[in-house]
Amino acid sequence: MHFLNGITILLVYQLVGEVTVRLFGLTIPGPVLGMILLFVTLIIRGHVGQSLDASTSALLGHLSLLFVPAGVGMMVYFSRIMNEWLPIAMALVLSTVLTMVVTALTMLGIQRLAARRSRDNG
Amino acid sequence: MVETGLTQIWVYLSTSPLLGLTATLVAYGLAHRLYVWANSNPLLNPVITTIGMLIVFLLLTGTSYEEYFEGGQFIHFLLGPATVALAVPLYEQLSRLRAVWIPVLVALLAGVIVGALSSMAIAWIFGASPETILSLAPKSVTAPVAMGISDAIGGLPSLTAVLVVVTGIIGALLGTKLFELLRIGDDGVKGIAMGVSAHGIGTARAFQVSPMMGAFSGLAMALSAFATAVLLPGMIDLVRAIFPGWLS
Repeated sequence: MHFLNGITILLVYQLVGEVTVRLFGLTIPGPVLGMILLFVTLIIRGHVGQSLDASTSALLGHLSLLFVPAGVGMMVYFSRIMNEWLPIAMALVLSTVLTMVVTALTMLGIQRLAARRSRDNG
Repeated sequence: MVETGLTQIWVYLSTSPLLGLTATLVAYGLAHRLYVWANSNPLLNPVITTIGMLIVFLLLTGTSYEEYFEGGQFIHFLLGPATVALAVPLYEQLSRLRAVWIPVLVALLAGVIVGALSSMAIAWIFGASPETILSLAPKSVTAPVAMGISDAIGGLPSLTAVLVVVTGIIGALLGTKLFELLRIGDDGVKGIAMGVSAHGIGTARAFQVSPMMGAFSGLAMALSAFATAVLLPGMIDLVRAIFPGWLS
C-alpha cells in the first residue's frame, strides 16, 4: 500500500503541475512545476513520509531505464545525426567542458571572495 | 506449416504492446549486467547499450518505432512522476545547501547559462539546423526534464534524450581529469560542476570519487534542472529577439 500511496502523491502533483502550466500558458514542463510544488510541500511539512520515500526510491533507482523508449526514437533521426555529426559532437564535448570549468571556477572565486571578506572584517 | 504459424505469432506480437515492453526490460537487464561486469565503465552506460540493442532488434525485425512505442509508452509515461520525485533528494540535501548556498547558486546560474548558450553557439558555428540547435540546448539537464524543455522550445525530445545521455558520458569521462588539470581539490566544488554539466550520469561518477562529491553533484543536478526549465525558454526568446529570423 505504501508504494501505491506514494505513486498517487507523485501523480497528483504532476497533474496539478500540468493543469497549472496549461491554465497560465507557462513554458516550463508540468512535471517540473509538480517537482517545485512537492519540494515546497516537503519544506513546510518538514519530513518525507514512508510511502513517498518508497515510491521515490523505486522510480529513481533505475531512472535511466525510463528514457530508453524515447532514446530509441533517435532511429527516426538517423539521417539528421549523420548529416550533422560534426556540429553535434563539437557542441557536446566543448560545451560540456566549458560548463564544468565555468561552474567550478565561479564557485571557487566566490568562496575565495567570501573568505577574504570575512578575514578583512574579523 | 511452421512458417505460417510463426508469421501469425509475429503478426500478433508486432501489434501488441507486450513485445516493445518486454524487449525494453530484457535489453536493459542485459545492458545493466554488462555495465556491472565492466566495473561501471562510463563507455558502457546501460542507456546507450540498451538503446543500441533495441534499435538493432527493431531494424532486424523490420519493426517501426511507432509499433515499438506501443509498448515503450508504459515506461516512457513514468518520466513524469519520476521528475516530480526528484523533489525528495533535493529536499534531503537542503541542510547541506544552507551552509554554501550563495556560491552554489551563483556558480549554478553561470553554469546553466553558459551550458545552454555555448552548446547553441558552437552547434550554430559548425552549421547545425535550428531543430538540432534547440534539441542541444537542454543537453546538461537530467533526461526527463530536458525532454520536456526540448518539447517546449521546439526541439526534438527523442534527439534530446540521446544527446543528454552522451553529454553525461562525456562529463563522466572527462570530469575528474579536468579537475586535476585545473588543480581543484574541493569535492564540493567538483560535485557542483559535475552535476550542472553532466546530470545523473555525472553524479553516478561523482559518487565513485566520494560521497560528498556525489551528494553535491546530485544537488546541483536537481537545482540546474529547475533553473534551466525556468530560464531556458526566456533565453531562447532573447536570442530570437537579438537575431531575428534565427531558430525559426
